[in-house]
Amino acid sequence: MEPFLWLLFSAGGVLSALLIPALLFLFGVAFPLGWVPPPDHAHLSALLGHPIARVVLLGLCVLALFHWAHRFRYTLSHGLRLKHFERVISLFCYGGALAGSAVAGYLLLSAW
Amino acid sequence: MREKADHTELRPGPYRPRVSIFWWVRRRSYLLFVLRELSGVFVAWSVVFLLLVVGAVVRGPETYRRFLDVSATAGVLLVNAIALCFILLHAVTWLFMLSPRAVAVRLRGRRLPPAAIGAGNLVAWMLASALVVFLVLG
Repeated sequence: MEPFLWLLFSAGGVLSALLIPALLFLFGVAFPLGWVPPPDHAHLSALLGHPIARVVLLGLCVLALFHWAHRFRYTLSHGLRLKHFERVISLFCYGGALAGSAVAGYLLLSAW
Repeated sequence: MREKADHTELRPGPYRPRVSIFWWVRRRSYLLFVLRELSGVFVAWSVVFLLLVVGAVVRGPETYRRFLDVSATAGVLLVNAIALCFILLHAVTWLFMLSPRAVAVRLRGRRLPPAAIGAGNLVAWMLASALVVFLVLG
């Protein structure tokens, strides 16, 4: 199980490093501040209507969540020396990643 | 707690130095390490935020417009600005410091120098960002 989690961690690390900066810059900062006019609803709806866009986005969400889970688990248990709570921490981290992945799956696959 | 139970004055237990949970504020390199590790939290936040964008688009033009208004409020904007700093820290450390050292690419039996992998990552990052901007702005 552990090597598989490391694999998800690295894949999520790469994918989030490549895609999230541009996405967060646009939707989190540039559109709200009016630096760039936000796209209208019809355009984004058409973009998300494309299955490839949704699958890529779903892959990004799932892998990025497991990246967080793995990194946060080690930050808490080793970095902050909370080894006694390792099981609770793992449950919280990977459980959170699974729950988030389910929400992402619902939003990107079932809601269309 | 266990340290106490392990030894008495006559029979000392194994040496376990006490480390404060704030060991990482003492040096800049330690602090950078912890900030880098914390970037994972903002990766998770970015996923949540992107899913909120998707959810708003799915629900229709009215919800999408309201979402744009909410994302322009001071609190959300501040969180996203901080998140963007951490995401950039993650991207730079991951693409240019970690993977050039960790990834061993062999070309004709010789290992590619780390700088070449870093350069490749830079190109990949620029292409991916350009694609995102192109697709989102249309």
